[in-house]
Amino acid sequence: MAVYRRNYKPYAGGYTQTWSRFLVLFRYSRRNLFRSKFLTAFFVICFFFPLACLLMIYLANSASFLDKIGFPPAMLTIDNQFFFRVMSVQGGFAFLLTAFVGPGLISPDLANGALPLYFCRPFSRAEYILGKSSVLAILLSEITWVPGGILFAVQSSFNSASWAWENLWMVGSFLISSLIWIAILSLLSMALSAWVKWRVVAGALLLAVMFFGAGLGQAINAVLQTDAGYFFNVVFLMGTVWSALFRLSPEHAISVPQACIALFLYCSICLGLLMKKVRAYEVVR
Amino acid sequence: MEKNTPTDAPRMPLIELQGLTVRFGERVILRNLNASLGGRAIGLLGPNGAGKSTLINTLLGFYKTAAGSARVLGHDIQREIQEIRRLVGYMPENDAFISKMSAVSFVQMMGELSGLPAGVALERAHEALFYVGLAESRYRKLGSYSLGMKQLAKLAQAIVHGPKLLILDEPTNGLDPSARQRMIRMIHEIRDSGEMRIVLCSHLLRDVEDTCDEVLILKKGQIAHYSNLNEERRANMRFLELETYGANGDFTEAIVKLGCECAVTANRTKLVLADGVETRDIYRIAAEKQVRIRRLNFRRDTLEDIFLKAMEN
Repeated sequence: MAVYRRNYKPYAGGYTQTWSRFLVLFRYSRRNLFRSKFLTAFFVICFFFPLACLLMIYLANSASFLDKIGFPPAMLTIDNQFFFRVMSVQGGFAFLLTAFVGPGLISPDLANGALPLYFCRPFSRAEYILGKSSVLAILLSEITWVPGGILFAVQSSFNSASWAWENLWMVGSFLISSLIWIAILSLLSMALSAWVKWRVVAGALLLAVMFFGAGLGQAINAVLQTDAGYFFNVVFLMGTVWSALFRLSPEHAISVPQACIALFLYCSICLGLLMKKVRAYEVVR
Repeated sequence: MEKNTPTDAPRMPLIELQGLTVRFGERVILRNLNASLGGRAIGLLGPNGAGKSTLINTLLGFYKTAAGSARVLGHDIQREIQEIRRLVGYMPENDAFISKMSAVSFVQMMGELSGLPAGVALERAHEALFYVGLAESRYRKLGSYSLGMKQLAKLAQAIVHGPKLLILDEPTNGLDPSARQRMIRMIHEIRDSGEMRIVLCSHLLRDVEDTCDEVLILKKGQIAHYSNLNEERRANMRFLELETYGANGDFTEAIVKLGCECAVTANRTKLVLADGVETRDIYRIAAEKQVRIRRLNFRRDTLEDIFLKAMEN
């Protein structure tokens, strides 16, 4: 029967599983994101570097071809340094992607007071945050640890099983590095999105937090003759953790546990800010 | 709306308040509310700041209770809030939409968040938008809607999942007279269908009077008055106010002999009809006593009278 011939009627059918409702937000938000041609184009660009790396792995494992073109094989070594470089570049792309996507996740709901409509349903604040953050988490995963894992798998296919087994820790490093970075970027951008209604301003603030933090940290270090300023530099903290995870010697004064604690604190603060703002109605005391 | 058998027993209390108290910091917003409301349509009345919206938001679990408890459709708001939210449709007072979404996507998403499967939610979103009168503009972005259309879209998202209780917070806010009429007519239809029970929160007495059969009047966070409008309407049919010419003691005496209570001031007579006495009996006595009745009104306390009395107390 045509829709216009039907009348409104009560619902008597079944309901979806409660745990799966956050995926509704994921689905709608992701669909909405890829309506932007710019985002789609940028998302595609994010895979150029992994594709280049794939080519490098192929070349590194094609000694005869390198001989033919006279390229020294020593310059194409696939090791932890290589995967660290992949992680760093893809981490940069992840940051840029977050600056574009993150601010638009929550601010449209806040701008027009849509939050009460979410929370008057059997849908909690935690599920809302989970739904919104899963958009970023999956998007960023697609350009960080997923390509990293594929690169490792390809490199393993060219080598013996013992090589794969001996270097399996690099997959763990890639995964953990990516997840920490994704958690920080997601929570930071969502917290900014929740507190700043204007998407462009929220995006600019995300850039400011990263770069202003680094500048502030350097200034503190220079003026106070200390290394404590690095705690304000999220990129530096992340770099310290990544270096340790990829078994490269950390270059700076802050220890890995200190960097981990600082990053954990940043995440907690962002989560706190997010939970404070994401509620049906603000209580004015 | 198709008429199906309502699943709730008609007299099951819709809302029960037992010493409900809500505080924001040191400020007491709702103070020791006790009531049991069971009508098909309940009006929440009160001046601005009386606590109407706070009561609704507390029943939806948005605010914590400081003391006491409340039940909605038999479910405790502290322990079974998810169940309550499943059964309730809520239309908030202020703007509540996502401007870049089309109405149909928005209502579908809200349906899915209420637990409807995606296909069913889409189907019902179309139905709900047709029902509220947004059929032609359902693919337009909500940001381009007029205020009246946004109100209708809010109503559509509130009914998409087929709730048992529909909470409407100031549904006619900002509507022009024709849009208001349309909204009131729709509330009538929903109420009369028996599928959903309604809580209507408004400061517009006319809206409540037109649609509700029970009224809870709040003042400074407390219940100022409870009124069953249906019973009052029935009772008021027994009150008569006569403006007469040529009335004398005989006329009043004859009325009193019928068992009616009677009070006379100048040429006005107020009386309460006794059981078994009808208006035509009064006309008959007037004819017998050669009294001319120039005006006869059923004296009825309007909701405005009830409200003003409640505010004076």
